[in-house]
Amino acid sequence: MSILETKGLVKRFGPTVALDGMTLAVEPGRIVGLLGPNGSGKTTLIKLANGLLVPDAGEIWVDGHQPGRESHAVVSYLPERNSLPLWMTVDQLQDFYADFFADFQRKRSEEMLDKLEIQPKQKLRQMSKGTREKVQLILTMSRQAKLYLLDEPIGGVDPAARDYILDTIIRNYDPEAAVILSTHLIADVERILDEVIFVNQGQVLFQSTVDAIREEKGKSVDALFREVYKC
Amino acid sequence: MPWEFREDAPIYTQLIAQIQQRIVGGLLGPGARLPSVRDLAAEAGVNPNTMQRALTELEREGIVHSQRTAGRFVTEDAERIRRLREELARQQVKDFLEGMCQLGFRRAEILALITQEADENAEGEEKTP
Repeated sequence: MSILETKGLVKRFGPTVALDGMTLAVEPGRIVGLLGPNGSGKTTLIKLANGLLVPDAGEIWVDGHQPGRESHAVVSYLPERNSLPLWMTVDQLQDFYADFFADFQRKRSEEMLDKLEIQPKQKLRQMSKGTREKVQLILTMSRQAKLYLLDEPIGGVDPAARDYILDTIIRNYDPEAAVILSTHLIADVERILDEVIFVNQGQVLFQSTVDAIREEKGKSVDALFREVYKC
Repeated sequence: MPWEFREDAPIYTQLIAQIQQRIVGGLLGPGARLPSVRDLAAEAGVNPNTMQRALTELEREGIVHSQRTAGRFVTEDAERIRRLREELARQQVKDFLEGMCQLGFRRAEILALITQEADENAEGEEKTP
């Protein structure tokens, strides 16, 4: 069974059509890149999958359920912008996650934070942007979820933080779960992906594996992306 | 030995080639135990399924083998490794010849150049203390 499946999904914001009949499926054990230019519908899809938005038409299932209480329990979401209270310490944030999510693995989270030498008493406010993003990612990946939705996890961090984030995604790989990450920095993430979904103007252009693209086209996904979305 | 990837070829074939190089070059000796798929994937910075695919292919070629609980190992068959070494060398030579052909070189010229370069290299080596 697919972890995420959509059929003819439509979402409008007033006169703007954000998703225009999007159909896709993501299987367990896959790390999938959701690729497309700004405004192509990546964040809208992620928010629909997470139940933060309600579709205007079409269907969406997360682990066989429509977004709601059951799906919330199995979806771990990393928003594009920091959504955590800045006044909280690392310890408080972990309490917060443990309260909200039954699948939060505190030990896993503590180990990763410890490795980065992030002090439990340190407040989010006292951290650099890169460290804050790492903490958010650690909390997100420390849940034993079925679907991880990472919205631009490497946007605006330095190369060292980026490598750390990609390494963390690989090390937390779970054959029962799927990871969907949206990005427009494809060259950096290409190697950790199984598949890519190219989206444009609220629709899926195509879905393929990274190595199939390289094999058939003799070029990287990044090069193909530049071609497909040439301005 | 760092993992390096070209843009114009599948990642799993490049992983196969780089693991083969490590085996032939002795970095992974006969019978050596390989790290877990996840650790190898993290080390190379690649998707775990892609690494799995490369290892499965190497298993099919008899270059590595897995033991259900103990993990995955480089073959202890020295003859198999010797054959792999020869295959890799032949491929190198083939690629080289193709490049020379494109430059318009003929067999005799190529052989003469190789001998000349090899001699110069040898002289250089003798001079260095």
